Amino acid sequence: MTEKKFDYFISGEKDKWEVIIGLEVHAQVLSQSKLFSSSSTKFGSEPNTQVSLIDSGFPGMLPVINQFCVEQSIKTGLGLNAKINLNSVFDRKNYFYADLPQGYQISQYKNPIVGEGEVILDMPYGTKKIGIERLHLEQDAGKSIHDMDPESSFVDLNRSGVALMEIVSKPDLRSPQEVSFYIKKLRSIMRYLGTCDGNMQEGSLRADVNVSVRKIGEKKFGTRCEIKNVNSIKFMEMAIEYEANRQVQLLESGKTINQETRLFDTKKNSTRSMRSKEDAHDYRYFPDPDLLPLNLDKDLINKLKKELPELPDQKKERFIKEHNLSPYEANILVSEKEISDYYEEVIKGCDKKLATNWITVELFAVLNKKNLSITQSPVSAKNLSLLIKMITSGKISGKIAKDVFEKMQPSDKDPRQIVEKEGLLQQSDPKELEKIIVTVISKNQDKVTQYKSGKEKLFGYFVGEVMKASKGKANPQLVNQILKKKLH
Amino acid sequence: MSKISELSLTKIVNGIKKKDFSSEEVTKSFIDNSKKSKKLNTYITECFDEALKFSKNFDKKKDYKGLLSGVPIAVKDMFCTKNVKTTAGSKILHNFIPTYESTVTNNLWSEGAFLLGKLNCDEFAMGSSNETSFFGNVKNPYGEKLVPGGSSGGSASALAAGLTPATIGTDTGGSIRQPASFTGTVGLKPTYGRCSRWGIVAFASSLDQAGPMTINVEDSALLLQAMSGYDSKDSTSVDKKVENYSSNLTEKIKGLKIGIPKEYRVDKMPTEIDDLWKKGIEYLKDAGAIIKNISLEHTMHALPAYYIVAPAEASSNLARYDGVKYGHRASGKNLIEMYENTRSEGFGNEVKRRILIGTYVLSSGYYDAYYLKAQKVRRLIKNDFDKAFKDVDAILTPSTPGSAFKIGDKSNDPVSMYLNDIFTVPVNLSGLPAISVPAGYDKNNLPLGLQLIGKAFDEQTILNLSLAIEKRANFKKNYKIWWS
Repeated sequence: MTEKKFDYFISGEKDKWEVIIGLEVHAQVLSQSKLFSSSSTKFGSEPNTQVSLIDSGFPGMLPVINQFCVEQSIKTGLGLNAKINLNSVFDRKNYFYADLPQGYQISQYKNPIVGEGEVILDMPYGTKKIGIERLHLEQDAGKSIHDMDPESSFVDLNRSGVALMEIVSKPDLRSPQEVSFYIKKLRSIMRYLGTCDGNMQEGSLRADVNVSVRKIGEKKFGTRCEIKNVNSIKFMEMAIEYEANRQVQLLESGKTINQETRLFDTKKNSTRSMRSKEDAHDYRYFPDPDLLPLNLDKDLINKLKKELPELPDQKKERFIKEHNLSPYEANILVSEKEISDYYEEVIKGCDKKLATNWITVELFAVLNKKNLSITQSPVSAKNLSLLIKMITSGKISGKIAKDVFEKMQPSDKDPRQIVEKEGLLQQSDPKELEKIIVTVISKNQDKVTQYKSGKEKLFGYFVGEVMKASKGKANPQLVNQILKKKLH
Repeated sequence: MSKISELSLTKIVNGIKKKDFSSEEVTKSFIDNSKKSKKLNTYITECFDEALKFSKNFDKKKDYKGLLSGVPIAVKDMFCTKNVKTTAGSKILHNFIPTYESTVTNNLWSEGAFLLGKLNCDEFAMGSSNETSFFGNVKNPYGEKLVPGGSSGGSASALAAGLTPATIGTDTGGSIRQPASFTGTVGLKPTYGRCSRWGIVAFASSLDQAGPMTINVEDSALLLQAMSGYDSKDSTSVDKKVENYSSNLTEKIKGLKIGIPKEYRVDKMPTEIDDLWKKGIEYLKDAGAIIKNISLEHTMHALPAYYIVAPAEASSNLARYDGVKYGHRASGKNLIEMYENTRSEGFGNEVKRRILIGTYVLSSGYYDAYYLKAQKVRRLIKNDFDKAFKDVDAILTPSTPGSAFKIGDKSNDPVSMYLNDIFTVPVNLSGLPAISVPAGYDKNNLPLGLQLIGKAFDEQTILNLSLAIEKRANFKKNYKIWWS
């Protein structure tokens, strides 16, 4: 890989502009029950079937903190190398909406459970640290459905009260690509930790994107706009691209940016104003008197620290050191926990370098083509390992191996059985090979003469003829040796 | 033998156990009284048929294990009761029937009691005269023109008039103790966290606490014991063993140190209140207590702090009454209009006033000056008590700055109404237990109460001290029945 240079700038008519981006990611905590009630969090159930009296704001109902969600957010904090605050407070964020049954959302305002941390991105132009400002726990609201009936709106409270982690980055991101890498890295860390499934289609991961621009060389940040609730990486990239250009055009034509909240219209690929700063809600935050301050025990944090699984950055280091992989290869293999698990399973029985190639080239090609994740791979790690072992032990050639690999799909067949059944074992008996070679030479005397008179390129022709004659099964190294001897 | 409905809760429990009378007879006696009490307007919902049925069943089963076996009890309409309408005295909940039972009422039923009815109260417990109820004001047995106090006015009036053997109320700033004082009954606000708030319609979460209202101190101990206890469904309830208040109850209080806070001698306080206080001091001295003058120097800031904290919490707690899920809903062209119409129609003026105050003090730009400041004051008031309790075991004060006032007298003057809570709110702000025990009469023969404030979770000491006062004050109800 050649090192590139960072080059994302907006070229206006007059100046070159830098784009400043900060993200507020809402990650749904992976948990069986909600943040303050025992209702299930299962996705896709019938509307209003996972709603307790607490989630629907009945009189006299009280929230009780779900300790598991607290631990999940501590783990996430530790995964972000962040400071865990031993004392944090739940606040009420007050506003009226039909899908907010209590009339307030329980969140953490002044004292979040997790403080500053960082995420490291491996960009094509080198590593980059993105600061984390904070992580706090809060409940999700329900869902309003406006398109089922022309007269009325409907409310589904299944999501109401589900635990979310709001992860706020510092304004350290500088391009749509960095945002994409950041989200992927964040998601990867949380998946390694098992604290969020990161499923953007189901809304488990969504983000508010803060965008501002400034002329290159300028120190001060420009006025930012917040693009609300973007739920795919592609849309984030598009929204930032549009928004940054919009701001540059405004500024270059002498106008100013209004600090406002905007919505991204996925159909028009543009952002539009939702509300200005003046119209911003006054949420009247105050500590929720139904809940005690959340005081954490140092021992609990130490225990969770000890139980932390190996995270992508550590795993990458280990792969480079122990398996002699390039940083590029290691990055690909650790990007998803399941990929690294697959890789580690494969290399239990075969050559690491070859395994890396087979996974990142052959297997990924299949997965991409069929749009499958690694967990849905049509070839299991065990059988891929067996296949690679057959290559290194000389039982089959690399070329045959590719055919066998095809035949192993989609039902994960044992490569040994395929090789045996179809007689694909490599011919490594020198006497047999010699017979074939002698035949090939005798059929091509004219070419032998040319070769001997200096046209050494023809060596490849002979190899090809021998392979053809052996139906591809001849051991290429032996063929080389014997051919060289015979052609002298 | 006197009429069953004249007996104390303790005597009724024992009488049923000893088979002096049946649960059915007890129930009938209170239902008879209740049916004749319409003029008092204490009931919002009557459960007489169900109660009678329950009592008959009880008499067949003869299970006397509970602390309250076979006793019908009417409760303040702030407690959610399963399948029984629960209104909080508000139009916005006029049709609300919970599918669940509050922990506190459930505790009573677990001890063998059963529901007689739901009692009137100020709307969302906001008031000191029971005049803010959507269901009309309650009258005081001591006079047709008198308020019973509030917000547990229906409870106090029903109890004093012999419509229920005992009752439970909620106390956010004095809502148990002030009406107890106005009706010559005993009202106890337990330590914050002693009783579960689960299933009680919330007014101000950091101040609300349920408590017993009874005709004497012995009953108070019994009912407190029955209703208290840790509840994992309420994060603010405290996991502390419930003491046997009844069997530990004693008037032997010799050597206990009683603090008399000079700041409670407020301007314009009627001399008869001061005289009552002096009498209380004498009673306790007589019982062997040591009287000490103390200072609770931030007392004067308690009322303003209370009227910031309580409305702030209320403004948020009452946001859920929006017409979307349950209760009253008005129509509107869109969501916002539906909200506006629902809440305009559903809430009364006092509730609206407090929502406005609460919304204001939490608003950005005002939060620090009001809410945060009030919280600091609250801490100082708590510190005052902590300091005082290093030297004394309990504190004696009047319960209220006056006796029951006339209906309509203060309803147009919120501040003068709020001033009624001047002796009771510091206790809620500090989370301490306090009891009002009837100790005498004013010149118009209206009952007056004395308040004993205890250390956190030391309800036993204030019960014992109240018993000593009760024995000496020899308070007897002296109203004439005018309502039946």
